[in-house]
Amino acid sequence: MEGTAKSETQLTRKDFVSTQEVRWCPGCGDYAILAQIQKVMVDLGVRRENYVMISGIGCSSRLPYYVNTFGFHTIHGRAPAIATGVKVANPALSVWVVTGDGDALSIGGNHTLHALRKNVDLKILLFNNRIYGLTKGQYSPTSEFGKKTKSSPMGSVDYPLNPISFAAGAGATFIARTLASDPAHMGMVIEQAGRHHGSAFVEILQNCVIFNDDAFKDSTDRQLRPDNVLQLEQGKPLVFGKERNRGIRLNDLSPEVVTLGNGVGESDLLVHDSRRPNLNYTFLLSGMDHPEFPTPIGIFHQRDNPTLDHMMHAQIAKARQTSGEGDLMKILASGETWTVA
Amino acid sequence: MKESEELQDVVIRFAGDSGDGMQLTGSQFTSTTAMLGNDIATLPDYPSEIRAPAGSLAGVSAFQVNFSSRDIRTPGDSPNVLVAMNPAALKTNLKDLVEGGILIINEDAFNAQNLAKAGYAANPLDDASLGRYLVYRIPITTLTVSALKDSGISKKEMDRCRNFYALGLMFWLYQRPLDVTVNWIHQKFKKHPEIARANELALQAGYHYGETAEIIKKHYRIAPAKIPAGTYRNITGNEAAALGFLAASTLARTPLFYGSYPITPATDILHELSKHKNFGVLTLQAEDEIAAMGATIGAAFAGDLALTGTSGPGLSLKGEAIGLAVMTELPMVIVDVQRGGPSTGLPTKTEQSDLMQAMYGRHSECPLAVIAPATSADCFDMAIEAFRIAVKFMTPVIYLSDSYLGNGTEPWRIPEFASLPKIEVRHPTDPAAFFPYSRDEKTLSRPWAIPGTPGLEHRLGGLEKQHIQGTVSYDPANHEFMMKLRAEKIARIADDIPLQEIFGKPEGRILVVGWGGTYGAITSAVEEMQKKGHSISSIHIRYLNPFPKNLGDILGRFETVIVPELNLGQLAHLLRAEYLVDVISLSKVQGQPFKIRDIVDGINKIMENKEASSWKERQKARHS
Repeated sequence: MEGTAKSETQLTRKDFVSTQEVRWCPGCGDYAILAQIQKVMVDLGVRRENYVMISGIGCSSRLPYYVNTFGFHTIHGRAPAIATGVKVANPALSVWVVTGDGDALSIGGNHTLHALRKNVDLKILLFNNRIYGLTKGQYSPTSEFGKKTKSSPMGSVDYPLNPISFAAGAGATFIARTLASDPAHMGMVIEQAGRHHGSAFVEILQNCVIFNDDAFKDSTDRQLRPDNVLQLEQGKPLVFGKERNRGIRLNDLSPEVVTLGNGVGESDLLVHDSRRPNLNYTFLLSGMDHPEFPTPIGIFHQRDNPTLDHMMHAQIAKARQTSGEGDLMKILASGETWTVA
Repeated sequence: MKESEELQDVVIRFAGDSGDGMQLTGSQFTSTTAMLGNDIATLPDYPSEIRAPAGSLAGVSAFQVNFSSRDIRTPGDSPNVLVAMNPAALKTNLKDLVEGGILIINEDAFNAQNLAKAGYAANPLDDASLGRYLVYRIPITTLTVSALKDSGISKKEMDRCRNFYALGLMFWLYQRPLDVTVNWIHQKFKKHPEIARANELALQAGYHYGETAEIIKKHYRIAPAKIPAGTYRNITGNEAAALGFLAASTLARTPLFYGSYPITPATDILHELSKHKNFGVLTLQAEDEIAAMGATIGAAFAGDLALTGTSGPGLSLKGEAIGLAVMTELPMVIVDVQRGGPSTGLPTKTEQSDLMQAMYGRHSECPLAVIAPATSADCFDMAIEAFRIAVKFMTPVIYLSDSYLGNGTEPWRIPEFASLPKIEVRHPTDPAAFFPYSRDEKTLSRPWAIPGTPGLEHRLGGLEKQHIQGTVSYDPANHEFMMKLRAEKIARIADDIPLQEIFGKPEGRILVVGWGGTYGAITSAVEEMQKKGHSISSIHIRYLNPFPKNLGDILGRFETVIVPELNLGQLAHLLRAEYLVDVISLSKVQGQPFKIRDIVDGINKIMENKEASSWKERQKARHS
């Protein structure tokens, strides 16, 4: 976002709606995500022509066609690489990557890893529905172990990857998770990602009504959600549950669920702080999963670090300061030369 | 005074262990020689292991330089002089030395251990096996160490100065001054003045040895060559390419982006461009070949002169993304410094076997421009040409260099700025009637609208595009139309490139057709045969897709067309397919460039066979 010119006129969500007809399945979580992205684009106040939406391949990756900004629907898994080229070439642009669990973590795992590691100023939105939808239902790298799909009729024998742990392992400078079924929370998280200087990684838990319905039922069902979702709030203890009477306490180096009362108070609980400088706390949170733990959502981690695009341009500025603006004829005639008369 | 003899040209090969510094020795000899005004051409030949076991055959590193008082085009077929720093170097290189050639041997290295490693049962210095050569046995290591006994550096460090001793001796033998190398030494070892001093002393000691030692009876003079007036420097193809891309950026007034993953023999381009950040060059060392290609596409979309560089295996990995670049019609250049393949193949050796991959190595119908520089110096001009075509026609351009061109050096006349071509970059800004896939009538290129331009927001992508509007289209007729349009756009580049020039008469008995780094050997071979009265001409194709418009016409004016290539006949295949001409392939795939002799002998053999049998008979023989 550094250097991104602000819009002078107040745009509305409609300014970010393209003329292309939206073609996701009725009931797909993508519709809600699209609406929030368009809303956040207004709220961030960046000029429309400075947004670039870049996607790979998969259902989620059709999204750039539906947003009236510059967009690039690229090839499977490579969106972070292409987005890196765009951002580095023109740091004034606000560059977003829209991807899915297969696109970002299977075929494109290497590019996601390195975009995060290099802290390229990209906003990576990973729509995780734990299934390959566009190829009609095969298990993905985030599918549960033993999942029965068309390509795993006896159950998948692949262990799943945890996207938040992956991002933490890559050293991402902004790591968050949200729910496609919770527009308000999703809007807040995407906006915070948009305001972050550096690579922002947002996992959006999303349902696939056709091939993986109820993918995250425990977290999205209105009745089940309060006992199964832990909403991370800066400076507040980790409390959850319908009655707000359960919490997360540290036991040695491991988290445990405790019930408040009987001598256990909020002061015994872990307090959320996404600004902890190291990633140990992020790993501790990302390791919490059903059924033993609630699913944490919110901003796990953020820290400020110079971005790749910024540092590359800073080196150019420094080189110009030290050696002056490049002089082609001087370079061509450098080294040992001799003249033939 | 020792005897002095005038020679026209000399080919020296410096050979030693990977750790003996032979590349450095060779390139220092070359610098001095070039500055004396001789024409030169060089061939570095080194193993892919950084340090193969010391003294082993696999660890031999060599550098060949041809220098002359006349115009030369190749590093020379066979050395007249071989400097062998150890038994392994002698064993692997002796077969190439001309009969009666000079053999300079570091006899200190011929101990039992090294002889065994090189597979010598007996010391070749002690038997008659070297009788056909003029052998100078010199204890180079001992003499270096004794020259440096007061230098205050360790014995090991003294040892490592022996290549400068050998270089000094060669400078005396061919009457070259020491100052260029002395200056270089002090620049290079600025932080270690004691090492600089020691290397200089070793260089001088070697020179004085030549002057005083009884065993060396004479030395040689090579007059300067008659070469066009101008200011010259020595340049490798990879350096020339990098500078050409810098020039393209200056000419186009557009920043250069270079996204690349380290791969031999293309990495020097990354090194060179990384040094010139004050030109605004962005160099991105990507996580892999695919990412390098992806970032290049992204930078092109954002409006930079986008460039990536690789070698064969990397081009394979980039194939899918290049398809996206073709579909989205973005301008960019993809450099392939070819090496021996397939797979890891011969990473440090030369080959021309990626032509088919450059032409067709993508799924579906995926046309793009392919060009190939002919000499190390031509790498500069063709780099500018690559971007001129890419930007004008909104297309990826594959630039096929090779290890021989990339690492080989030749004198390069530094051009005048005014002589460089123009590169016109246009980015539309007017939203009225803007369509991302509208077409220039003449070139069929689409507009290069870049992010950040108000009102031109549009979406690109790999899905088929509606003609003009650029929206996603599944319309069958539109798909067929767009397939043909993409092909036609590339075909029209033929209207924008020079006609094919001919070396020799425009018609006759034999036409030799080459491309890429074989230019020097082919042209020299053809010249030699022309002088002997043969009806023979040659052409060297720098534009491989599309071909120059007059190519078919030229092919039709000769009775026999012979295509020498460092592959099994890839250009031959393309020419047959395109022009229905019965071209004859002359192949070599040994990881080594053509010698002039290979081509002369090859042509003679083909002509003898041709006279002996008709085409139909040959076809029959081929399929039986």
